[in-house]
Amino acid sequence: MTSETKSKTSRSSKMVPAEAQYQLRLYVAGQTPKCIAAFDNLKRICAEHLEGICSIEVIDLLVNPQLAKGDQILAVPTLVRKLPEPIKKIIGDLSNEERVLVGLDLKPR
Amino acid sequence: MATKKKTEALAKCPTGIKGLDQITGGGLPQGRPTLVCGGTGCGKTLLAMEFLIRGATEFGEPGVYMSFEEKSEELAKNFASLGFDLDDLAARKKIALDYVHIERSEIEETGEYDLAGLFIRLGHAIDSIRAKRVAIDTVEALFSGFANEVILRAELRRLFGFLKSKGVTAVITGEQGEKSLTRFGLEEYVADCVIFLSHKVDQQIATRRLRIVKYRGSAHGTNEYPFLIDEQGFSVIPISSIGLDHSASVERVFTGIPRLDTMLGGKGYFRGSSILVTGTAGTGKSSMAAHFIDAACRRGERCLYFAFEESRNQIIRNMRSIGINLEQWVNKGLLEFRNSRPTLYGLEMHLVTMHKAIESFKPAIVVVDPISNLVAAASDMEVKSMLSRLIDFLKMKGITAFCTDLTAVGGSLERTDVGISSLMDTWLLLQFIEGSGERNRGLYILKSRGMEHSNQVREFRLTDNGAQLQDVYVGSGGVLTGAGRVAQEARERAEALERSQDIERKQRDIERKKAVIEAQIAALRTEFEAEKDELERSIARERLHQKVLAEETQALAQSRKADDLSSKKVSTAKGGKGARK
Repeated sequence: MTSETKSKTSRSSKMVPAEAQYQLRLYVAGQTPKCIAAFDNLKRICAEHLEGICSIEVIDLLVNPQLAKGDQILAVPTLVRKLPEPIKKIIGDLSNEERVLVGLDLKPR
Repeated sequence: MATKKKTEALAKCPTGIKGLDQITGGGLPQGRPTLVCGGTGCGKTLLAMEFLIRGATEFGEPGVYMSFEEKSEELAKNFASLGFDLDDLAARKKIALDYVHIERSEIEETGEYDLAGLFIRLGHAIDSIRAKRVAIDTVEALFSGFANEVILRAELRRLFGFLKSKGVTAVITGEQGEKSLTRFGLEEYVADCVIFLSHKVDQQIATRRLRIVKYRGSAHGTNEYPFLIDEQGFSVIPISSIGLDHSASVERVFTGIPRLDTMLGGKGYFRGSSILVTGTAGTGKSSMAAHFIDAACRRGERCLYFAFEESRNQIIRNMRSIGINLEQWVNKGLLEFRNSRPTLYGLEMHLVTMHKAIESFKPAIVVVDPISNLVAAASDMEVKSMLSRLIDFLKMKGITAFCTDLTAVGGSLERTDVGISSLMDTWLLLQFIEGSGERNRGLYILKSRGMEHSNQVREFRLTDNGAQLQDVYVGSGGVLTGAGRVAQEARERAEALERSQDIERKQRDIERKKAVIEAQIAALRTEFEAEKDELERSIARERLHQKVLAEETQALAQSRKADDLSSKKVSTAKGGKGARK
């Protein structure tokens, strides 16, 4: 399951151009309903608002626990906007699209 | 499997922190979380860190430190100042540090989440070094990072469960709340052991205290125990962990003042006893201490002098004026001074520094000069509590304690400021006795447990050759000391001299009278002899005269041819004789 998600992820990141304006990283911990919901929501939002200009990387902390430290991840799922600066974090299953867009600075507060 | 260990007592995890293991009866509950709460700057972080470091260095239990407040580098620096090399321990995989940074402004919340990331990080850190101990400092920071308190509380509960399931002994710190022990009520999640730290400032002097609020399944000390943080870390001083079961020595030590030894049954103080000298300012308390030290050092014993009033050099100079050279003992390493102002730090800090000094110097005699000054650093009750612990400690170690106490002028002399006289075995009182326009020192023994002691007042004189005790004048003129005593003694000497002269004179009179009488007798005898001669001579003359007269009569009769009266007489006498025949 996990590998499938990963492969999906890599595929989706390959789909976008190399010079993605938006570099997003989604931290999950296994295939929990929250994490799956977050990934689905993220894909939808990107397709709608960041078509062609974003890359998504999914990190499963159960596989790579040491990566949690780098981005200061506590909550799961957490979406990290690595680019553009500054770094933004959105936690939760990303079910509220409005707030996700606000969090990604795609919409004014 | 779990039920197999049912009957076993609660396993404890030693903290290695001086005193804390004593209070908790062995340490924190093994494999369970302990909550350490208290206000800002009360030492929570240090307690947590020291728990880990001692575990890693002394008990072979690696530990994970998760900090929400300070970065790893900052922590390493903080602990370097206390003598712990965090980086080295981290490199040797004894300690794992994880700095958790939460920046609320970076975070947007949408929908459901949990803190699996935290667990994963913690779990990863624990697994990476096979940690047995965990410290989380302070988990409450999460409340400022996340808005959803419902999720947080559920996750906290899960966190404590997670820690238990990992089998680690955890210390979780929490900020003190206004009404509750912790601001966010963490104590409701940690049911096993709660330690409360406080840092109270009283009269501008801060004292740290520790209290075990709760320790499920274990007996523990319930008092507020003072503790302190110094260059060697955390130390807790149990108030009453030292009982009254110290041994009592029958060995005696000389006081350094021979006549005082005499007053104390001829042998001085008991070794390991506590001696209190009270008196008003300038009565010679420190001088008595110096004598005691001098005598001890001469025997080759080690002395530790805690001076709260004078500097080391001042004491040495002053004692030289009464002929005691303390410097030689300092140079020989037999005497050590610890000078500090009482207000320099809190009482407990004093106690602990004293403890440490005593532990390292291992003296036979400890002088505290004066204990009354400590009152400046705390309340009477605290001083009493501190001194009783100090004296207990010294007694347990068999160290003779010599304390001086300054009595306030106007106060009752037979009362110590801090009411500790009952703790003392021997109590000497130095007092000024006023009279004849001067003040002199008087020494009394108010009590001396377990030995015969004099009830007499002695005059205490400080001379070039040290302190000396003299009998006071007790007589018709009352009790006299000093010049009054000297004058009275002179007067008595004069009177005695006069009396002896009187006797001599009378004896001479007798002699003279005897001589006179004897002379008279001699004169009379001479006179008698003279008269006797005269009379004898006259008797002889008379006899001669008589004879001459008789001869003359006979001659005359012959010449007259008178009857031979004499022959007639003779014949008649003859005839008479014959006739009668």
